[in-house]
Amino acid sequence: MANEGVNQGRRRFLTGTTAVVGGIGVAFAATPFIKSWEPSERAKNAGAPVLQDISKIEPGQKVSVLWRGSPVWIVNRTKAMLDTLPGLKDRLRDPDSVASDQPKYAQNIDRSIKPEWLVMIGICTHLGCSPEYVPEIKPEPFDPEWKGGFFCPCHKSRYDISGRVFQGVPAPLNMVVPPYKFVDDTHILIGVNPEDKA
Amino acid sequence: MASVFTSIGNWVNERAPGLMPVYRKHMTEYYTPKNFNFWYYFGVLAIVVLVNQILTGIFLTMFYKPGAATAFDSVEYIMRDVDWGWLIRYMHSTGASMFFIVIYLHMFRGLMYGSYKKPRELVWLLGMFIFLALMAEAFMGYVLPWGNMSFWGAKVIISLFGAVPVIGDALVQWIMGDYNPADATLNRFFALHVIALPLVLLLLVVLHIFALHEVGSNNPDGVEIKKKKDPATGKPLDGIPFHPYYTVHDIVGVGFFLTICAFIIFYQPTVGGWFLEHDNFIPANPLVTPPEIKPVWYFTPFYGILRVIPNKQLGIVAMFASIVLLFLLPWVDRGAVKSVRYRGLGYKVALGLFAATFLLLGSIGAGLTAEWIPKLFGAKADVTSIEMHFGWLLVVMYFCYFIFLWVYTAFGLEKTKPVPERVTAHA
Repeated sequence: MANEGVNQGRRRFLTGTTAVVGGIGVAFAATPFIKSWEPSERAKNAGAPVLQDISKIEPGQKVSVLWRGSPVWIVNRTKAMLDTLPGLKDRLRDPDSVASDQPKYAQNIDRSIKPEWLVMIGICTHLGCSPEYVPEIKPEPFDPEWKGGFFCPCHKSRYDISGRVFQGVPAPLNMVVPPYKFVDDTHILIGVNPEDKA
Repeated sequence: MASVFTSIGNWVNERAPGLMPVYRKHMTEYYTPKNFNFWYYFGVLAIVVLVNQILTGIFLTMFYKPGAATAFDSVEYIMRDVDWGWLIRYMHSTGASMFFIVIYLHMFRGLMYGSYKKPRELVWLLGMFIFLALMAEAFMGYVLPWGNMSFWGAKVIISLFGAVPVIGDALVQWIMGDYNPADATLNRFFALHVIALPLVLLLLVVLHIFALHEVGSNNPDGVEIKKKKDPATGKPLDGIPFHPYYTVHDIVGVGFFLTICAFIIFYQPTVGGWFLEHDNFIPANPLVTPPEIKPVWYFTPFYGILRVIPNKQLGIVAMFASIVLLFLLPWVDRGAVKSVRYRGLGYKVALGLFAATFLLLGSIGAGLTAEWIPKLFGAKADVTSIEMHFGWLLVVMYFCYFIFLWVYTAFGLEKTKPVPERVTAHA
């Protein structure tokens, strides 16, 4: 092809701008396909907050509620259980829940809004197994000084009765506390913060 | 009859004169080193398994129903009610594991004979991309039956992406299309498993073979056969046409391989929980975790790395790094000698240790080590701690292979043997 009299600068400019405009077109065209992978309206609806009546939960009892496909535990903790919390500080990995995942209002020693009510996602932070509830304060095969809490059978991670992880186990963090609020004294709404409208 | 074929051939040739040269280039005039040994069967075996997966996969798709409510039942329907459905499914599930056996041996062959080295870096890179695509393909395929291990395996693996800083949680939701592995996740994995990734895999396989045929095959001596050509014909002295010599030769290997496959399919389709895990014969249940979440055997070496590193982020980084480093192997290894036959003792030892490390990491990832420890150290042994320390040693050894290899070759520490001029084929 004859290249005489060609303005190379203009040719480069036109090639460059055409490519950029085409690239922007591709990016726009890709957006709906990428967005289609977001949770659908139906999935979001199914993931709506869950209302749970807690008036029938006896002291020491644990109830599992399904929220967004994950088990959410509600434990009615006794005073004896709560009394174990301060003494465990030295044995825990993250006793003050600094690195762990919970709403601001649950970042305290009992990791809850009302100390007697523990609301927590019952999934081990190691690899997603669901730990067992071992509430009795008595020596266990996995821990001779057991003060009650949660024990994961998968890889032997241990948590106290606030879901705070012990040192020397594979789980890196305390179990997750979901957003929740008390609608009244006997009902908990899981999935919204106290300040949210729902 | 012959004249009919000849005239059809001529008719096509006149209209598409470029076809015959392509056929000759890749088959009858692709000169292959004549000293191939046992290790050179695994490339063609990988193609055989790929064809098996595509064929059986197409037929499984005719009966399988994607969807959280239908998937498990439709797999049982295939197993119980579809004529020969059990065979087609076992061919597919066995094929998945055989694919990895063949690929791992194929890759080890590459390490032994330096097949990743110049001028074959591109062949190696394309092969590594095939390996990546294959891992994604296998993972998504494992989710499709929607058994309990499908569900929990998907949950664990997808949650790895949650470790990405800032966007992690949003990314996990985006991949799942829900707040947990759910119907949406299963359907998109189905689409990726049956159409998107197979297309990518096929394209990569074609590129892998084309790239290989540009530079020619390596061989157990690591000698470039193109350097010694017959002056009269211009053909490599140590090369023989791929077709018919190696096509016929490979039929024997394929027959032997298929015999082993048939034995597994007919007598041991789950291989004691190794090819198909027992927990996957239970429907998916988001509220009940299997006693131990572990991947199928072919992911266990990488899962082992993840499992022994207590810091989640670091574990994930180490796991991905263990694969990325394999990509970089052609530039890590600076040695001029290709084949292990003529390389220094240090390389032989390192390669042996590397292979052993890979297998032992697999035993940790599969939970075997946790069973061995009480037998070796008594019932009172602290399994978690011993396994963790042993695992750290293995992780360090895995990464040290690459460091050692670079230091060993870049600073001229390797004492190699003289490489022969021609291949040492037995006349």
